[in-house]
Amino acid sequence: MEEFTDIFLMLLLVAGSLAVLYVRNLFVATMLLSAVSFLMALLFVTLDAVDVAFTEAAVGAGISTVLYLGTLALVGSTERPRAKLSVIPLLLALSIGGSLVYATFEIPAIGAPDTPVQLSNLTQRFVEVSPVEIGIPNMVTSVLASYRGFDTFGETTVVFTAAIGVLLILSQKHVRRREEDEEEQNGLKPATQSHGQVGSPHDLIPHVVSKVLIPFIFLFAFYVQFHGDFGPGGGFQAGVIMAAGFILYSLIFGLHITKKILPLKVVELFLAFGVLLYGGVGVVSMIKGGNFLDYNVLSADPVAGQHLGILLVELGVGITVTAAMLAIFYGFAGRAQGRGKDVN
Amino acid sequence: MFFDHFNYWIVVILMMIGLYTVMSRSNLVKKMIGLSLFQISVFLLYISMGKIEGGTAPIVSNAPDAVYSNPLPHVLILTAIVVGVATTALGLALIVRIKEAFGSVDEEEILSNEDNL
Repeated sequence: MEEFTDIFLMLLLVAGSLAVLYVRNLFVATMLLSAVSFLMALLFVTLDAVDVAFTEAAVGAGISTVLYLGTLALVGSTERPRAKLSVIPLLLALSIGGSLVYATFEIPAIGAPDTPVQLSNLTQRFVEVSPVEIGIPNMVTSVLASYRGFDTFGETTVVFTAAIGVLLILSQKHVRRREEDEEEQNGLKPATQSHGQVGSPHDLIPHVVSKVLIPFIFLFAFYVQFHGDFGPGGGFQAGVIMAAGFILYSLIFGLHITKKILPLKVVELFLAFGVLLYGGVGVVSMIKGGNFLDYNVLSADPVAGQHLGILLVELGVGITVTAAMLAIFYGFAGRAQGRGKDVN
Repeated sequence: MFFDHFNYWIVVILMMIGLYTVMSRSNLVKKMIGLSLFQISVFLLYISMGKIEGGTAPIVSNAPDAVYSNPLPHVLILTAIVVGVATTALGLALIVRIKEAFGSVDEEEILSNEDNL
């Protein structure tokens, strides 16, 4: 039965991606991409990757859709029709695809217990020793925060850097092109465009529903953050869910109100604080005589030390991811608002 | 069996749809969407590799002889998803700036505008 669910979901995936390729309206393409992401999240659940499914649902179907829509509001959503058929890319894609499919026959079957992936010494250590050594039921969290702590530190830094990059790129002053001014003077293009409006001041139902939902979204984010040791969850997922709560608020009530609650300056502080907290745990463990990010030395009992270290590190990840997603959203939404007259 | 490699074929098909989108479409936002598709297919590749027949999610359960799927690919992809959205955002931000500087997000239009200048 599970196999058929899998196959059905995967066929839907292919149909969805083909639709993404063929539609001309980019808004439609974005929504379809979001649907494809969500299907992928469902598929991850059937493949036992609950943590990943969580992340994909929150990121792929949530945040990235908002970012694409924010971009489309700024650049327009119609794709120019193409005159000529692109034969060479098609042939190239087909030939690469053909050779890759040929290569898959050399890969062990899916789910086989004797593949190199399953037999590796690392896997044995993670699955058999980690619940005792780290003392945390969720192996994904132990591997993420402890065994591969250094790698996760790098990933957090990448998120941090990307957010800084977006802020730098989008906070530059918009230099108006000459044609744009002329268009406006000739009355071809109205000065106030609808995309300047970020919040929706009129709709009662979204206001009420979001007021009821948002506290629970935050509560859920905290649950995911602090329960990540025992069930699916952790800093990355919690950060994204938290940011989604703020973004929902901003979409319904307007960016300027959200910025009053959580100014960009505060977001930037949190952005840096998360990475510093992560790095700080590493430095403290060095001062206490261990290696960088070796949590065993943080407490007299190694297992208790691991717990403390993972808690702090996940908190750092959560804070940075929340702040990064918000900073990116502020960048895009602020850009849209800066161009039209602020309606709110 | 026929379905032994089915996930991998879907991975290849999604990957090629993504690649073809990137190569054949001149709209920059569409190219980013193609890259996202490509990225999603890589996620599926990794997660499929970690799956073990009759296994369960890698969270310790009370069942005595539980078999767990491999947690390592999950960790790699979990972080890759979040890093992916951050880098996608960076790309989209660049597209916004390109639109402001050249008045278009169509690759060919931008190139022809450049030639006319």
